[in-house]
Amino acid sequence: MSSVTPAAAPARRTGPGLFLRLLRHPLGGVSMLILAVVVLLGALAPWLAPFDPSATDLHMILAEPGPEYLLGGDAAGRDILSRLLVATAFSLAGGLLVMAVAVTVGLTAGLVAGYYGGLIDAAGAWFTALTMSLPSIIVLIAARSVMGPSMWWTMAIFGLFISPVYYRVVYTSVRSVRNELYVDAARTSGLGDGRIIGRHVLLAVRAPVILLMSGVIAAGIGMQAGFDFLGLGDPTTPTWGQMLNEGFYNINRSSNLVLWPALVLGLTTVALTLLGTALRDELEGTGDKRHKAARPWALDQEVPADIDHGDEPAGDALLTVRDLAVAYPAGEGYATVVKGGRLSVRRGETHGLIGESGSGKTQTAFSILGLLPKGGKVMAGSIVFDGEELVGRTDAQLNALRGSRIAYVPQEPMSNLDPSFTVGHQLTEPLVKVLGMKKAEARGRALSLLARVGIPDPQRAFDSYPHQLSGGMAQRVLIAGAVSSHPDLLIADEPTTALDVTVQAEVLDLLRDLQDELGMAILIVTHNFGVVADICDRVTVMQKGVMVETGATRAVFENPRHEYTRALFAAIPQGAPRSPLPGVSSAGSLGAGALR
Amino acid sequence: MLSFVSRRLATGVGLIATLAVLTFFFLQFGVSDVAQRIAGQQAGPDAVAVVEERIGVDRPVIVQFGDWVGSALTGDLGRSWFSGQEVTEAVMSRMAVTVSLAVGSVVLTALLGVTLGALAATRRGWSDRGVQFLAVLGQAIPGFLMALALVLVFAINLDWFPATGYTRPSESVPGWLLSITLPVIALTVGSIGGVAQQVRGSMIDAFERDYVRTLRSRGLPQRSVVFQHVLRNAAGPALTVLGLQFVILLGGAVIVETLFSIPGLGPLALNATSQGDIPVVMGIVVVTGVIVVLVNTLVDVIQAWVNPKVRLS
Repeated sequence: MSSVTPAAAPARRTGPGLFLRLLRHPLGGVSMLILAVVVLLGALAPWLAPFDPSATDLHMILAEPGPEYLLGGDAAGRDILSRLLVATAFSLAGGLLVMAVAVTVGLTAGLVAGYYGGLIDAAGAWFTALTMSLPSIIVLIAARSVMGPSMWWTMAIFGLFISPVYYRVVYTSVRSVRNELYVDAARTSGLGDGRIIGRHVLLAVRAPVILLMSGVIAAGIGMQAGFDFLGLGDPTTPTWGQMLNEGFYNINRSSNLVLWPALVLGLTTVALTLLGTALRDELEGTGDKRHKAARPWALDQEVPADIDHGDEPAGDALLTVRDLAVAYPAGEGYATVVKGGRLSVRRGETHGLIGESGSGKTQTAFSILGLLPKGGKVMAGSIVFDGEELVGRTDAQLNALRGSRIAYVPQEPMSNLDPSFTVGHQLTEPLVKVLGMKKAEARGRALSLLARVGIPDPQRAFDSYPHQLSGGMAQRVLIAGAVSSHPDLLIADEPTTALDVTVQAEVLDLLRDLQDELGMAILIVTHNFGVVADICDRVTVMQKGVMVETGATRAVFENPRHEYTRALFAAIPQGAPRSPLPGVSSAGSLGAGALR
Repeated sequence: MLSFVSRRLATGVGLIATLAVLTFFFLQFGVSDVAQRIAGQQAGPDAVAVVEERIGVDRPVIVQFGDWVGSALTGDLGRSWFSGQEVTEAVMSRMAVTVSLAVGSVVLTALLGVTLGALAATRRGWSDRGVQFLAVLGQAIPGFLMALALVLVFAINLDWFPATGYTRPSESVPGWLLSITLPVIALTVGSIGGVAQQVRGSMIDAFERDYVRTLRSRGLPQRSVVFQHVLRNAAGPALTVLGLQFVILLGGAVIVETLFSIPGLGPLALNATSQGDIPVVMGIVVVTGVIVVLVNTLVDVIQAWVNPKVRLS
């Protein structure tokens, strides 16, 4: 139960449909069946039990199972079956009591503390810390010396002791809901606090509260059984733990005594825990559903031929992408995010791949790298790099190209540096492991690269952790890392989008300078015509997964032929330069205004 | 860093003080007839009064508590009302046994939990489902039931290990290892699941991180990215779970020790609380509190060491 993280994740429906979905869940159905049987046996125990569970019969001491005592007799000559049935009722009741107390206390305190904060908040945090610093059994034993051996008191105190499990979950959910706009709106529209809590806040915590229930009941039953197993329980209320205790002390005389309570206890707690797993799957949608699409992949429609301005300068192609299709499993079939088109990048050229978000340009870039996110797959087409077909290559084969000949500069600089390692480590590790440099040599190369990309104090940056850098610095570090192996092709995915306007221009200048020095080709993925105008020799326009138009930047800017390209230009605010000449305007001025 | 540690320890001291106050005054409700029980049911009022004076319960509760605090601060936790044994000595020697069980179990949990979690996260498919199922099963079955099953199978049926009893390492190291094997396994089974699930979850989470893709784009092999970067970044949350498990293990040890007749804190706690032996109970609560605070501070320090963002701020 301690591994349950307070999840304020948006929950799926909790209504009556949940019950049916649980039944259909492989684990959910079986565990609900087991629990139903156990609960039914417990509830009907007074009528089902053939004997008085505490009536002793000297002739039946440790009796074998027979026609009279179906499961045999215990050490005092009582009927095991009758005791088991009554014990089931008490054990379940104990678990339910724990849950009821934990929910009532945890939910109320969590709601109040989360909504109002202040003193109750502090008290809640303090009580949580207290319960986490002392084993609960010690508290229960101490409580027993005061309250006496009452099962109900023990279970109520245990419920109080684990109520922080609920408190934390409810508290976190309420805190996040409290600051939502719709709660603010409800407050300004004059709804009272009670109504707001009832209508908006309770709705948000319903799923996590239900989710934890079975686990808390299981913990309660387990704790109660353990407590009684130690012989600390109330002898007048037979429980599974007591039966196990008696059985254990007579283990050398008969193992029959331990078998049945152990079986029922184990089955019940396992079923409760599995039910919790099934609940989580259904409520949070985290089920390990294998995304095996039922229908085979197929292009949903014919891909129209792209408009090629046909003004290709002479020079051999370094990268050619043809009829590429990338798809992700979705529901019964596939969602195809890239579906065809042609892209060709020549040696030393800067090529822009432009389109709005969701047009598939980043997916195209990841396909070339062989680093599509989980589930993504190249379904058709070909990617030829320097005469080699990359589609169908194994990861290890692609690894030989990645880093050394194809490099990558990501969009969001901060999340692309490992927070746990220094910049220096992240720069030198590939140099040592991939390019086989000596440590000192790699260090020298990394430091000179940091200086080259315009970092004022390379040594300091080298020793820094990512969180100590600014976004612009981090992007320079990533560029330094990408060009460290003198690649033939640099794929830059929106390299300036996450940066300040002034920094954007500097980063583009840096890319242009590095390209002049190293003679590499750059494929720059962007949604910004300013960037294209600034540094691209050629441009390919992408729309809804299809590459629709390709040509020299000047030709496409002056004479856009596809209606989508024209629409993109129309979206640029009036007064902005419509067809700047490459390299003339500053990316900073146009870059920010063009398509945002 | 130093101020970070001292801040943690200060909070811990506050927590232990609260625990001590709560326990002491709470226990007062259960000890009204303790002097009579010590003196014996036949003892007359005079004899009871003598006992009351000897153990000091004839004074006001607040004075008793002040007295206790005064000597506890010097390391003297008083004497047991029933056996007359020094509490500090009794608790410390038994705590050593319990802590060795808990530490052995935490180490085993960490090793197996991280291995299984990493296996499930990197392999996915069947190994993943298998690990998840075992984790759920381990968490579901109460620890003492597992211990009971282990005793039945490995001690009574197969006779590989002693069913009960404890051999001190000073007497015989192999004997000691044999005597703690089953208890440690019984304690560990339940906690592996939580750690494995946590490691699996945070590793799968880490796999989808941008920096992993960027590292892979530099040509680093999957293996080195997993073991160096992904595992390192998954270590923080796993450590937190491990720290929580330690407290749970201390509690589990109480039951397991009783079941295996191991002279740890468990049997002592059971005895003392059922008798109303306040000095012993107080000693157990305070020493347990100190150990938990120390472990939690240690976890936080390791956490800070693993996570540069915490370390450097």
